[in-house]
Formats: sequence, C-alpha cells, structure tokens
Amino acid sequence: MSTGAAIGIGLAGLIIGLAAGFWLPPHGLRPRRGRPQAVRRILLPFTELGISRRAFEAAVRLAQAEHATIMPAFLARVPRQLPLDSPLPVQSSNGMPLLEAIEQRAVSQGVAVDSRVARGRTYRDALRRLLQGEQVDRVIVSATDSPNKGLTADDLEWLLERVPAEVVILRPAPQDTRQISPNGVAGHF
Amino acid sequence: MPELRTPEGVGAANPSPTGRGHHRIFLGMAAGVGKTYRMLVEGHADQDAGRDVVIGLLESHGRQETARLADGLPVVPRRRVVYRERELEEMDLPGILGRAPELCLIDELAHTNVPGVEHRKRYQDVEDILAAGIDVMSTVNVQHLESLNDQVDELTGVRVRETIPDAVLERADEVVMIDLTPEALLERLRAGKIYPGDRIDSALNNFFRIENLAALREVALRQVAEEVGHRRLTTAGPVPGNGQSISAEAPRAVGERLLALIEPYPGAQRLVRRAWRSAQRLGAELDVLWVKPPHGALTPDQERSLAALRQLASLLGARLWVEESDDVATMAAEVARRLGSTYILLGRGRARRGLARLRTPLPQRLMELLPSVDVRIVADRATRPSGERS
Repeated sequence: MSTGAAIGIGLAGLIIGLAAGFWLPPHGLRPRRGRPQAVRRILLPFTELGISRRAFEAAVRLAQAEHATIMPAFLARVPRQLPLDSPLPVQSSNGMPLLEAIEQRAVSQGVAVDSRVARGRTYRDALRRLLQGEQVDRVIVSATDSPNKGLTADDLEWLLERVPAEVVILRPAPQDTRQISPNGVAGHF
Repeated sequence: MPELRTPEGVGAANPSPTGRGHHRIFLGMAAGVGKTYRMLVEGHADQDAGRDVVIGLLESHGRQETARLADGLPVVPRRRVVYRERELEEMDLPGILGRAPELCLIDELAHTNVPGVEHRKRYQDVEDILAAGIDVMSTVNVQHLESLNDQVDELTGVRVRETIPDAVLERADEVVMIDLTPEALLERLRAGKIYPGDRIDSALNNFFRIENLAALREVALRQVAEEVGHRRLTTAGPVPGNGQSISAEAPRAVGERLLALIEPYPGAQRLVRRAWRSAQRLGAELDVLWVKPPHGALTPDQERSLAALRQLASLLGARLWVEESDDVATMAAEVARRLGSTYILLGRGRARRGLARLRTPLPQRLMELLPSVDVRIVADRATRPSGERS
C-alpha cells in the first residue's frame, strides 16, 4: 500500500469517526434513561398516609430481577361533596414529595419508574379507576393491622379477586413502621 | 373611585340555586374610602330597578354626603338593648327577617354586638339574613380580616380588635374593592369629609399616615387579587380533553404564573411536580404545555404518558394545554404571552443529534423570544448519586 493510500484511508477513518461522533448523542448508544423499554410493570400503590419501606424495597428487588418498571401510584380520596375531578392540593402536598422520594430512590438503584396518580371516592375506588386504564403485571401492597392506614383487608381481598395481575401482599411486620419519607428527597422539592 | 371586583354576577341576575341570598362585600383599606357611599349608590340602583331595598344598618359617622345619599331608602329601625344599665342600639335582626326585603344594606360587617342579642358578631347576623334568602350588601376594611390582623399591626402599629374570619370573605359571592390613593384619602380627611374637625389632627398623626395607608392599600389590593385568583381556580371547569386550543379569551393571571414545557414521557411528571411545588411557593397558577409535532401519531407509550400527565395536572389543579407546531420555542412563547406566564420551566431535554446541534438551544431561544420571562431548567435530581435516605 502506498503512503498516499494509507493517508487517504486514515483521513477517511477520521472523517467517519467525526461524523459518527457528531451524529450520535453524547452518551453514545446507551438507551435513554427515563424512557423504559421494559414491558413488565409493577404497580406500587400508596396513599398520602405513606408507604412502607418494605413494600418499596420488595418492588425494587423484583424490578431489578425482572428488568421491570415500577409504577408508584398515588391514590387520593375525593370528599363526597367535591366533583371527582377536583384538584386536591392538601393531599397532593403529602403525596407529591412521597412520589418524588420513591422515584429518586428507585432511579438511584437503576430501576425505571413511571408514576401515576388516581382519584376516587375511596382508595379502592381510586385503584379500580387506575387499573381500568393500565395494564400491570404485578401489584405490591403491604397488609396492615391498623385501620385507617390506607388499603384495608377488604381492599386487599378485592385486589386478589378482581385484579388481573399477580398480587404480592406483604404481611404486617414490625419493620412496617419504617416508611419512605418525603424528607429524603434530594434538592428543594 | 376605582374598584376591583371578583368575577361573580349580581344577585338579582343570578339567583342562588340554594335559595341563599347573594352577598356582596365592599372592601376598603381604611375608613373614608367610600365603601358605604358606594353601597348606598348600588342600593339606589337596585331600588330604581324595582327591587325592595332596605337599610339594615348604616353608620354614617356624621358624614353629610353619606347621610344625604341614604335619603329615599327605607330603614329598618335599630333596636334598643340594655347592657349594664345602659341603653345601646343594635341592628334589628328579627326586624329585618320579619320585613323580608329583597336586598338589605348593612354597614360594618366586623362590628361586635352588645351581649344579649342573637349573635356575638354582626357577620353572624348577616349569615342568618343570607340564609333567609335575602341579598346583602355589606362593608368592611381589610384590617378587620383575621389573617391580616397581625400583618396590619406590624405595618401600622394599630391592632384592630374587631375581626371577621377570612371565610366570610371567601364565602361572599362578590368582593368589590373600593380603592383610593392615599393622597386622595388624606385630601378627603383634611377637607373634613371623613371625621369632624376636632378629630382630623389626631387621625393624621396616628392611623392616617401616608405610609400606613400605602401599606394597607397594598394589603387590600393583594387580598382581592388573591380572591380573584382563587375564584378563577375554583370555578374553572375540569381540565379539558385532547388537543384543545387556548382561546384568545383565556383569562390572564394576576401576579406570577408558571408554564411547564413537557413531552409525554414518564420523566415529564417529575417536571410537573416540581413546577407545582414552585407554583405553590409563589402562590402562582400553573400551566403545563406540550407542543405536539404536527405530523405522526402518538405511540402507545406516549398516549399512556399523556393520560398520566393529564391526571396529574388535574389532581394538582394545573391546566394542561396541547398545541400543535413544529417550532417548540415559537409556540411556547406565543402561549406564554397569551397566558401571561412569568416563569417557564423545562427539563434538560434529550441529547441533540446531527444538524439539531447547530440550532440555538431551546432555553436560549425562549430567553430571546420572551425577554421578560424567567426561564428555569429543572434539574434531574433523580440521577444524582445519593447516600442512604430514609
């Protein structure tokens, strides 16, 4: 090979390299974060009252193992005297930081997140409405032995009977007092 | 005298579906701005229109203009109440209810009644009158609002003892702010139109100082602006559905208004939530805008994300707008101008490829197109390395 040909090949390689560098996104061919390609979706419903850290960790472990997307869903109760599509700023002021905290923790552990919010007259009604429009493969909920703490035993029974997805109910445990706290949100949220 | 009104109709034209009377409150920054005068003018107008109008309680404070204006309006006489061996006069609530006019004019809503009558406060009497289906016009100064009492004390050094709960103002069908510049009010005071001559100097040296009046005026204007904003939010219908356009008549906000630019993908929810928190802190309204490319259908993922964003916006009381254009910056600028946005929030955006890298980035274009609007890029804090948090 002559020197000229070698220089030509070298220049061509350089041009192709530059063009590829120009054309491709700065992060190369890595998949876009935040736009999960996963097909499996794990629903993690919670209310303004909080979410057990055990339920969250179980969802993360499963999502990591199955390359699934976690779908944390904030369920809000609309008082009877308000229309069902009313804004709920008070409940949201608890729910949104929780949602943010869940997202941040999940993403920091390499799990894709696609959040939802749903309203209903009861938490179960909100969940039912959410599931009418969403397909999920799993639902993870934490059973509770204390009334007025989110989903009741009846709600869980309803979930098992009516939801066309695998339902994982974590039995009550002393660690349930450990909850995801909105105070853990990074930044000023 | 200038006025600001909350956006509600007049009682006669809009009878309440609940049978409750219509309550219009004339709010001012201080005595002498013309609240009572204005109430009487409107009372006459209603009487001329054929309505049965009575004066339930009038405090003219010896102002001749006001007393003259009351002529021609029937008055429900005050009743006499004996308290601690003194005979005092109070508004006659049973008399008004028995007379059952269509409209009753009642001055000084924050007044405290003499013990022994039906209620401790006059605004409670007014509640009974409204409940009887009688329309009421009443007057109050901003410093009598419970939540503003401390603030007014700090601003003016004057603590007002007679207060009314803010809910009274919130429940009113209309709040009309009677505004007057501090200079004009002082002019009225010096001319003896507010207090008799022997009280003018004392008033000028105490409450009626220009800095007090300017501060109170600002408080009153803000209060009504907040009321207007609140009513616009609570009376607005549900967030509209797919592909709606912004009409030219879209109402403009008073104060701050945030516009979050989104695309339908899961990460956009974080942007909306952050924008909402900022809006809460600023006491501002929030709009969410997706500039949709004109060609191409949505993928199922995008449809799901858009539905989720719509739910989120609705829950948070934000409005979601979808506008079609292939020029995001120009369309966003146009929408921001129409809505009167003062902040635009956007995410970091996707990495640009190919020739797109040669174009001016979106935030810079927005800053060029909207020099008076703040542009904020919301950090993707979810990607920040973090330690164990609980």
